[in-house]
Amino acid sequence: MSPVTIRLEPRIATPRWLSAAATVGAVAVALVISGAIIAFVGGDPVRSYLHILNASFGSIGVLSDTLVKATPLILTGLACALAFRMRLWNIGAEGQFLLGAWGASAVVLTGVVPAGAPAIIVLPLMMAAGMLAGAVWGVIPGILRARLGVNEIITTLMLNYVALFWIQFWVFGPWSESGFQQTKAFPREAWMPRLTDLSDVVPAFGGLTVHLGLVLGLVAAGIVWLILERSQWGYEIRLIGDSPRAARYAGIDIARNLIVVFAVSGALAGLAGMSEVSGSVHRLQDRISPGYGFTAIIIAYLAKFHPGRVVVAAILFGALILAGREIQPSGVPAMIQGIILFALIVSDTLVRYRVRVERRAPAAPATPEPAVPA
Amino acid sequence: MSAVAAPALAIEARGIVKSFPGVLANDHVDFDLRRGEVHALLGENGAGKSTLMNILAGLYQPDAGEILIDGAAVTFGSPRDAIAAGLGMVHQHFTLVPSQTVTENVLLGLDRPRFLLHERRSEAEVAALATRFGMRVDPRARIWQLSVGEQQRVEILKMLYRGARILIMDEPTAVLAPQEALELFETLRSMTREGRSVVFISHKLGEVLAIADRVTVMRRGVVTAAGLPTAGATRADLARLMVGRSVLESLDRVAVTPGDVVLAVDGVRATNDRGLPALRDVSLDVRAGEIVGIAAVAGNGQSELAEVITGLRPCSGSVRIAGEAVANESAGTVIARGVAHIPEDRSTVGSAPNLSLTDNLIMKRYRDAPVARGWLMDEATARTIAARLKDAYAISAPSVDTQARLLSGGNLQRLILAREIETKPGLLIAVQPTRGLDVGAIESVHRLLLALRQNGTAILLISEELDEVLALSDRVDVLYEGRVVGTFPAADADVGRIGLLMTGGADEEAAS
Repeated sequence: MSPVTIRLEPRIATPRWLSAAATVGAVAVALVISGAIIAFVGGDPVRSYLHILNASFGSIGVLSDTLVKATPLILTGLACALAFRMRLWNIGAEGQFLLGAWGASAVVLTGVVPAGAPAIIVLPLMMAAGMLAGAVWGVIPGILRARLGVNEIITTLMLNYVALFWIQFWVFGPWSESGFQQTKAFPREAWMPRLTDLSDVVPAFGGLTVHLGLVLGLVAAGIVWLILERSQWGYEIRLIGDSPRAARYAGIDIARNLIVVFAVSGALAGLAGMSEVSGSVHRLQDRISPGYGFTAIIIAYLAKFHPGRVVVAAILFGALILAGREIQPSGVPAMIQGIILFALIVSDTLVRYRVRVERRAPAAPATPEPAVPA
Repeated sequence: MSAVAAPALAIEARGIVKSFPGVLANDHVDFDLRRGEVHALLGENGAGKSTLMNILAGLYQPDAGEILIDGAAVTFGSPRDAIAAGLGMVHQHFTLVPSQTVTENVLLGLDRPRFLLHERRSEAEVAALATRFGMRVDPRARIWQLSVGEQQRVEILKMLYRGARILIMDEPTAVLAPQEALELFETLRSMTREGRSVVFISHKLGEVLAIADRVTVMRRGVVTAAGLPTAGATRADLARLMVGRSVLESLDRVAVTPGDVVLAVDGVRATNDRGLPALRDVSLDVRAGEIVGIAAVAGNGQSELAEVITGLRPCSGSVRIAGEAVANESAGTVIARGVAHIPEDRSTVGSAPNLSLTDNLIMKRYRDAPVARGWLMDEATARTIAARLKDAYAISAPSVDTQARLLSGGNLQRLILAREIETKPGLLIAVQPTRGLDVGAIESVHRLLLALRQNGTAILLISEELDEVLALSDRVDVLYEGRVVGTFPAADADVGRIGLLMTGGADEEAAS
């Protein structure tokens, strides 16, 4: 037997700073591990990281690109954080994102608004349609869970695939642009304003594609923060998340909250989809999301379900996604993402338990009685 | 053993110190256990009894102090080390695998047999061990089929099979029926006759005097009486040592003229969680300024009755609160009608374990001003209210940000009482308000209930402690198998008659 034992002892109380420190530490450890792997396959980790840093924050132009990538992540991250606070495992932000993109596109492509209608009419309609479509996609598992007790992890996960096929049906079929798996480009009235659109006034904004969606994301983060941290509804969400039986006892309608939280969560993810087609891609296409809704789960965890920290984490991951295009092989940023998630899960254990390393004392000199009764 | 001048010590713990954030749970505690004795460890909730025993059993490491087992110093890194030294602990919450048999549970985690189970042989061994200590348990039964008392025997068997010569029992009778408790005492005595030793953690004075040879009393982390022989001790002595003042056992009940009917239950039927009938045509009234007690053995519908009234369980029949029909209304509606509820399950129904004291204290008033401001909440006001209640009800915790799960049983119950009483309820449904509490906490709960009655609140008191029901109530309804089988004024109630009705004796009477 080894002279030293390592034991995990549950912490009675967790200091506030510890959880933040553990998160930062987890990211640092993940970068070290990823660096080791890069070195192992013959790369130069320092150069790789510098390259990633340079490719995502190196200039005002790439910073703008990073923020464009971060925008859908902020909104889908908020969608997950809100639901996760209630211990409602909405794994379906991806599908809700796709439906949001579809709903917003439908406003443009089905002639709901007359051609040539001004952006001030078109954009709000697209937002409303995107949020509504995302909310509907969220409410389906919400109702199934609230009324029939169906596990929302399964339903939200499966609905992601349904949403993907739904999008594919429209971009391959009715909305296909001459057989390509994409719709025709949206007219300018359906584009959310970008900084580059102001380059006539401010020449320095030329080429900066960061768009209004970022503002929507930041406003949404503020509203979600207000809801979760300062509102009666947020109190109900926290109470249900911690102890559903206590919430019921306190007179809270859990079924209603399940459905409403799912609706708002879906609407946020739907808004992300709208923002992506209207602000960045300007059409609906088959691969509209590189997995924003799944990355959002990691972001929500990294942020410990805090809206403000979701914004920070989303920008970090936006940078990683952007760097994925720059760095070859592009699997490196995906690997870093995965290792960050692993490190986070481990750090969570360290937050909840205290690690004790202690020398073993000589074993008790007891003479164990024969266990078999005489 | 009386002839031995210095009896051999099974355990000797000296100067044990253990602190948790904000609490000094054990402050230089000494404890010794002789071979062949039952040594009771008595103390209020939060006095440090369980902490001391968890240290002895290897679950916690002491900050300071030393432990000697059979005269040799030991350091336990884990319960495995403790059991290897012959010391086993039976916790309040069992650690059994429900789908496995008694024998399988006993063998679980052992190195022997190495690979193949010799089921027959192991079963015979377990059966023999059980018989030797007078425990009735079928080694082939699956755990889920067993009563709580039988499951406890399996836990004891697990320890004995591992060669435990010292058994620590943490409040073993809390989960037992009276008859099962007597059987447990027999088992413990048969163990001490063989020279094994038992530490018996309890806060029930009567059973400590009945089973223990000596008693050590703890209060707020220190020992107030070490190894006192129970032979000459009285309940009053022990109670004083435990709470530090003489316990007021007679309650000051002021005469209150009952007012209007606040709660009227008429012809209520409901089923339990398994869909079986739990309430069969129950009718009862509670008036303002009146305490109506429900006397019943556990599982006769009293839990369901409380849930029906508080909107947590559907029913048929009529429930009226101050004249308004509330049957099958939501819990929120019932709360809005001025009904407070002290639930049976404090830690997951009555409180949210990971939320702060503040969040737990505003559970019933977060929708109303001044905590509510529009759709937002006023954090500062909530914290001020929480701080005031924490002081007024002597909830002992480092701050209002402390998580509720860190409170001891008595403090948690004070938190729930503080919250419910502060809603100034017209009706209070109190379910097992003192279960698991120590003498001092019980007394403070009783005082609060009587003060509430004096202020004109109607109280429905549901308790399995018949003494408590009789001491507090104006009227007692006896519930048996979901029916009210008798109503008595509490003042001159015939305890024998009530006991007979509670246990179904009336049915036999009627039949004969």
